[in-house]
Amino acid sequence: MGASFLMDRTTSGQRPADRVAFHAAVICMLVFLFACGESPRTEPGPGGGDKGMSAGTPLPESFGLGAAPSAQRVSALDIDVNAAGTGLPDGSGTYAQGAVVYGQKCALCHGAKGEGNAAFPRLIGIEHRQDFAFSDDPKLQKTIGNYWPYATTLYDYINRAMPFSTPGSLRPAEVYSLVAFLLSENAVVSRSVVMDRESLPRVVMPARSHFKPDDRTGGSSFR
Amino acid sequence: MSGKRISRRAALGAAAVTIGGIGSGAIARQLLGAQAPAPLVPSVPDDATKVPGLPSGPLGVRSRFENPTLAPSGVATGASFTPLQDLTGTITPSDLHFQRHHNGIATIDPGKYELLIHGMAERPRVFTLQDLRRFPSVTRTCFIECSGNGRAAFRDPKPDMSPQLVDGLTSNTEWTGVMVSTLLREVGARNGATWVLAEGGDAAVLSRSIPIAKMRDDAMIAFAQNGEPLREANGYPARLVLPGYEGNMCVKWLRRLELVDQPNMSRDETSKYTDPLPGGIARQFSFVMDAKSLITSPAFPSRLSGPGWWQIRGIAWTGRGRIVRVEVSTDGGRTWVQAGLQGPVLSMAHTRFELPWKWNGAATRIMSRAYDETGYVQPSVDTFRKVRGRGTDFHFNAVRSWRIERDGRVLFDG
Repeated sequence: MGASFLMDRTTSGQRPADRVAFHAAVICMLVFLFACGESPRTEPGPGGGDKGMSAGTPLPESFGLGAAPSAQRVSALDIDVNAAGTGLPDGSGTYAQGAVVYGQKCALCHGAKGEGNAAFPRLIGIEHRQDFAFSDDPKLQKTIGNYWPYATTLYDYINRAMPFSTPGSLRPAEVYSLVAFLLSENAVVSRSVVMDRESLPRVVMPARSHFKPDDRTGGSSFR
Repeated sequence: MSGKRISRRAALGAAAVTIGGIGSGAIARQLLGAQAPAPLVPSVPDDATKVPGLPSGPLGVRSRFENPTLAPSGVATGASFTPLQDLTGTITPSDLHFQRHHNGIATIDPGKYELLIHGMAERPRVFTLQDLRRFPSVTRTCFIECSGNGRAAFRDPKPDMSPQLVDGLTSNTEWTGVMVSTLLREVGARNGATWVLAEGGDAAVLSRSIPIAKMRDDAMIAFAQNGEPLREANGYPARLVLPGYEGNMCVKWLRRLELVDQPNMSRDETSKYTDPLPGGIARQFSFVMDAKSLITSPAFPSRLSGPGWWQIRGIAWTGRGRIVRVEVSTDGGRTWVQAGLQGPVLSMAHTRFELPWKWNGAATRIMSRAYDETGYVQPSVDTFRKVRGRGTDFHFNAVRSWRIERDGRVLFDG
């Protein structure tokens, strides 16, 4: 379909007068580029893919490549959970369940109390939650409790990447329970909170208000 | 190094078969008969014009006299640093491109590779590698730099740090691939799609949110690196390349792009890759790599053999366009001289600078600072520390210094 469309455009789609005008424009452009001492090689920029085409071949509306994915294929890959909670699955977990899962599947690397070590980060701790003095001293440790701005990130990350040696192996109930456990140990929620797709996005993390979008602009300022 | 010394070392190597005086591999194989194949390391002739050279082989290999290697670090999820002091020009050889991965290097069968583009798209599509190669392609040279590059040099500078350990998490490559804009056109991005979630097919399933404006502008999905398919550690068979943006966003082993209306707030755009700043701020979405330069020679561990003329060489780069000027100081920052830039100077690519320097044999400090086309000047260490704080965590682009000792040693000086 794409190929026949392309042929359409290149053979009969352009009137001869159009083509002459187009070639004249291309020649003018090349002369201009050489005059400036620049290589005429195309460089990607806005719409760089279009520019990468050889001159004179207009892009088709569609190349007709690729296949429409099945709904199952999409849902198998579409594992992300965003800050609004979109993507959270059915299921739930509690602090007590999470403590058990943590002991079985996390403590080996992150320590019994979430203290971490040289290779694996500390997870639990609330020091400097108030003063947020992390720019003062590189030794201050960033944890879920003092630095993570969104609680949903916990679900997304644990689900996709943990445990380190068997990533992607946890069931939703296990992930929810770990989130409940870690948020409670970090004094963000109480031990009685049941984590699920409704409660998790409502958790407001202590560090949230400290996060600001990039304000660097280039130019003469250093920020 | 003398040929004799190498010759002796080769002879001592347990695995090496030394065939003194025989320069032809074919003859050597004949003499060895049915013996198990062992690497042939002929001795270095005293006069290469008096014996036939080696036959051609299936792969070009580095001279035995050159042994550049990456410097791997870390325990579970380390980084491997490019040996910047061993490189000239601007292109990083593919096997020396820095590596950073978050749960190992993925092995992916190119025949099974698929890229899903979905979300706020009129025509969601899954593309095979063959599909990606059938689109119009683009070739472009640009750097990729890890935004944690230079952390150890800033926080804990040591005299025996080489350019590799100071700033080896940047590399410069000729990438070939398909523009993301071409694919967005193919799937039909819906109005309201403002971000794209990019996700890797590695064990970390690394995910980052990228503004759709960047994706439309100059983002590409690269399947080739310096004229051949990507190296596995650099994202084989296909990765995202975002010129000028921090390396973590250039998602390797790319398996999925989802068009969405808000950033995901993934782990690597919240708890990591954000910049703690004075005033209780964590700067988020600090994507662009600011201008930076580094003298790669003379630098530790090289040594000036004596006073006289030397070339001060290094690289400069910026994620905001072209480098327009590099200045070098040979008196500890009191005066600065403009260095020459080796063309062509490409946008968002390593740029080589060079300055002839007559060393008088006195101890001194040499340093470089880069200017980019936006008017940005690479900050001094003092300015950097004052504005960003000692504990800041990413984007370390302050001026770097090397101390030249009277005996010619060159030591990193922060």
